[in-house]
Amino acid sequence: MSVKEIFDTMTYGPAPESSVEAMAWLHANAPFGHWIGGKFTAPGTTFASHNPATSETLAQITQGTTTDIDTAVTAAGRAQPKWAKLPGHKRAQYLYALARLVQKHSRLFATLETLDSGKPIREARDIDIPLVARHFYYHAGLAQLLDAEQPDMAPVGVCGAIIPWNFPLLMLAWKVAPALAAGNTIVLKPAEQTPLTALLFAQISREAGLPPGVLNIVTGDGATGAALVAHPDATKIAFTGSTDVGRKIRTATAGTGKALTLELGGKSPYIVFDDADIDSAVEGLVDAIWFNGGQVCCAGSRLLVQEGIAERFHTKLRARMNGLRVGDPMDKCIDMGAINSPEQLARITAMVDASGGEKYQTACPTGCYYPPTLITGLGSADALMQDEIFGPVLVSMTFRTPAEAVDLANNTRYGLAASIWSENINVALDIAPQIKAGVVWINGANMLDAAAPFGGVRESGFGREGGWDGLLAYLRPKAASKPLRSTLAVPAPTSPEVSGLDRTAKLYIGGKQARPDSGYATAIWSPNGKLLGHVGTGSRKDIRNAVEAAHAAKSWGKSSAHLRAQILYYIAENLSARADEFAARIKDMTGKSGVAEVEASIARLFTYAAWADKFDGAVKSVPLRSVALAMNEPCGVIGAICADEAPLLGLISLMAPTIAMGNTCVLVPSGAYPLAATDLYQVLDTSDLPGGVVNIVTGAHADLAKPLAAHMDVDAVWCFGAAELSGVVETAAAGNLKRTWVNDGRATDWALAEGREFLRAATQVKTIWVPYGA
Amino acid sequence: MQNHPPHARNPGIPLDLDWVASVQANTSAIERRAATLPGRRSIKKDFQAAWLCKAVSCIDLTTLSGDDTAGRVQRLCAKARQPVRADLLAALGMTGLTVGAVCVYHDMVATAVRALDGSGIPVAAVSTGFPAGLSPLHLRLAEIGESVAAGAREIDIVISRRHVLTQNWQALYDEMRAMRDACGDAHVKAILATGELGTLRNVARASLICMMAGADFIKTSTGKEPVNATLPVTLTMIRAIRDYQARTGVKVGYKPAGGISKAKDALVYLSMMRDELGLPWVQPDLFRFGASSLLGDIERQLEHHITGAYSAAHRHAIG
Repeated sequence: MSVKEIFDTMTYGPAPESSVEAMAWLHANAPFGHWIGGKFTAPGTTFASHNPATSETLAQITQGTTTDIDTAVTAAGRAQPKWAKLPGHKRAQYLYALARLVQKHSRLFATLETLDSGKPIREARDIDIPLVARHFYYHAGLAQLLDAEQPDMAPVGVCGAIIPWNFPLLMLAWKVAPALAAGNTIVLKPAEQTPLTALLFAQISREAGLPPGVLNIVTGDGATGAALVAHPDATKIAFTGSTDVGRKIRTATAGTGKALTLELGGKSPYIVFDDADIDSAVEGLVDAIWFNGGQVCCAGSRLLVQEGIAERFHTKLRARMNGLRVGDPMDKCIDMGAINSPEQLARITAMVDASGGEKYQTACPTGCYYPPTLITGLGSADALMQDEIFGPVLVSMTFRTPAEAVDLANNTRYGLAASIWSENINVALDIAPQIKAGVVWINGANMLDAAAPFGGVRESGFGREGGWDGLLAYLRPKAASKPLRSTLAVPAPTSPEVSGLDRTAKLYIGGKQARPDSGYATAIWSPNGKLLGHVGTGSRKDIRNAVEAAHAAKSWGKSSAHLRAQILYYIAENLSARADEFAARIKDMTGKSGVAEVEASIARLFTYAAWADKFDGAVKSVPLRSVALAMNEPCGVIGAICADEAPLLGLISLMAPTIAMGNTCVLVPSGAYPLAATDLYQVLDTSDLPGGVVNIVTGAHADLAKPLAAHMDVDAVWCFGAAELSGVVETAAAGNLKRTWVNDGRATDWALAEGREFLRAATQVKTIWVPYGA
Repeated sequence: MQNHPPHARNPGIPLDLDWVASVQANTSAIERRAATLPGRRSIKKDFQAAWLCKAVSCIDLTTLSGDDTAGRVQRLCAKARQPVRADLLAALGMTGLTVGAVCVYHDMVATAVRALDGSGIPVAAVSTGFPAGLSPLHLRLAEIGESVAAGAREIDIVISRRHVLTQNWQALYDEMRAMRDACGDAHVKAILATGELGTLRNVARASLICMMAGADFIKTSTGKEPVNATLPVTLTMIRAIRDYQARTGVKVGYKPAGGISKAKDALVYLSMMRDELGLPWVQPDLFRFGASSLLGDIERQLEHHITGAYSAAHRHAIG
């Protein structure tokens, strides 16, 4: 084309980024072994890493074996104590050096990332790599401040990290930076499709002087990842990837005592109200669903647009789609690159082909590409409204009112992110807290920063990455704990002593006493053979009823923190009035004095009454003109198996933080000593606590733990029961990937069991980004 | 060197206040789009040369100084006829490249018209009490008439910013209407002085009202405000143009003015026009740069493209 012809047609031409340096690095270093103990191992059985845009082989990569994982975890374990002993300032220096090195080698990282992943060079260069550097800088700061700010916390040990192929180096940074800052060492398995930048990072970590064994990279496929998850010395697993694999990891780690964070899939709503800046909302979708070809866990893939503007919005959107340039990811003049792999392309193609609706697609090259796609005319019941596609495919529906927008937005198993477009701050700030998601962007999409916690709810996983909240997932309390001793119910005596008027404790569901569905009762005996009473033998149906009641009481979460505090004080007051009676009951059941326990219970209620309006969120300092609000929201419905170690205090220690933070709960009291709990509901009844906020189901922990943990409408489950229940609960919780908090078979000192750890468990951080500008 | 026939003029429509009231402009989102566009569009080699030639063809070569004289204006007009050295154009295979127009004060119109005689290059006059627009309305309207009579084919008027700042949309509409009527057959460009309008939403609303009242072009700035053309303002205005076309079918032109001095900036503006509005808006009948120093940088870039060596200002004729 001559200059004159271009002048007349004003076409865009090719603007290729050079791959020369990246290819030279590959040629100099491939085939690759693993990075273990500060050096590359000899390559083993290898597989090819491809450039999806050209299908050319970039390098041979070693398939990690169980032995490789063991070698790496051993190297990490050997390096960990010394690394953890370094002053925070020293670790900060290493992380700072890594940040600087990422910046210094940014172009090599960016081109290599694009070659390996198919993402546009613009994104790798302008988004991924700068965020990587920012993450290391930020965590250098956390390392620096850690000793002073978290004096009671210790590193968890060796972290195993498994990361996906959509943001290869960025996800590495999200795992490596907090792990190392907290004093852990790490074994990271990059995705088999995109291992190259991780290997480059490993090599460059030498230039930071990182001690051998602190960072280990083992390449390979899912089998390698499974071996890492299964390794007994990997005490913390951090996974980003699909919900299906996340569920497998949850199941595999259940009962092992490993710490776990999961950042999984999503089907994030993108809500446009009729008072939005429509052109900006259309443009925002380019960032939401066509960023990285929609292969983004938090992609705004489900458009919900107010009915009155829907037609105009879709018209503008189709026009905008026509302007998207899809092509060679190394071209600096394209908007969307290649799909990450032929397998992913086939998956997207099959899902869209199988769907109904009106499909609008724009042009794209042949090869491993998929066109920007809009599907309208679908309903909630259509598969593509529910299932994550992980491609450049937007599905759209309309809504009529803000309330309906919320209902449709939350009509999903996922809960990662959401966008809300409105020029009315009243609307936006009303809707944001109502969306089930860990991240909400108001008038924006896909804003990410190291300071702003990121993570999901529901089947999008649990745990946060970024900020202090993220770092805490790589720390554990320093205080040592003892193994939990089992507590057995007092067996029926050979010569029972029965006296007084029969009193039958029932279950407490929805603010009312309820007979157990089973129709069975269990006798409770004192150690010296006195019949203390009967409790209902709760079953899975009672759990079902209790969870329903807990949901019916969800307006508790919207009541003011002041009111919740008042009610906690009132419970304390009424408990205090009956302190002697409760102390006697504890004495009767356990044979030990209950005076101190009742006193501690009253104090505990005061503690959380105090906390109710003081567990503040934060405004995060993000490098954008935006307020990033990190709000501590209630989890929803929390199920808790309460401890036998302290029949009253153990229950109050879980109930009080739960309801103080606005959750409702289903409590399964001590199986051996349940009567303190059944006495308590009379106290609750007289303390203005709305029915359904606290529900008490007595019965055998072994029978109730599983249905409670497996219940799809329970948002979090805690277990402080017998040692073997931790695994039961964690396994059952895999169904809807609810958050779990279990004692891992360790004893709890209930006299001291209060404070932020409990409050964090009772809440989840929602980060709400509010960019502003007059 | 016009490849496209001039578009039908904008007849305007009655003032539609419901439409005006519905206009939104989210500053942060607009800024994000503006900030990321340069990274999304890269124009290299022959494509860059061709696009820079296009930029030249869209320049309103401008002198608006108190010390303008006939001699100064004649020199500028000579540059307008031959904006790029003939040998460079020959090397590019380009012929007949001129700028879009020459833009001067009223008193220089006759001089410019004579100096450009036979070139086909129109003369644009800044008018209506430029740059503040605060002289009596009848004098401002009379000034338009005199400039048209002197041979100006384009009139760049300035709006009364106070009408925007006080949301007196009817007054803004009436004023624009009167000015358009005074222009007769001359095309009218409405200068919004966006740097003085306070918010992007005001920019969007003023853009819309000027189009409703019949502006053929909307233009950012006089070049005399503290902040002149910016990418966020551009995005806001051209989105208004797009909406106006969608509803009325009428294409209105856009002219960013002031502060665009680098060839690279010109490419970003052209790609924004192309991507947001489409190909008709990267032609001089619907797009102009109000710029004086931009041409010099483009000339240097074109010579660099041809020779491979970085150029120097003194190798190109002063405008």
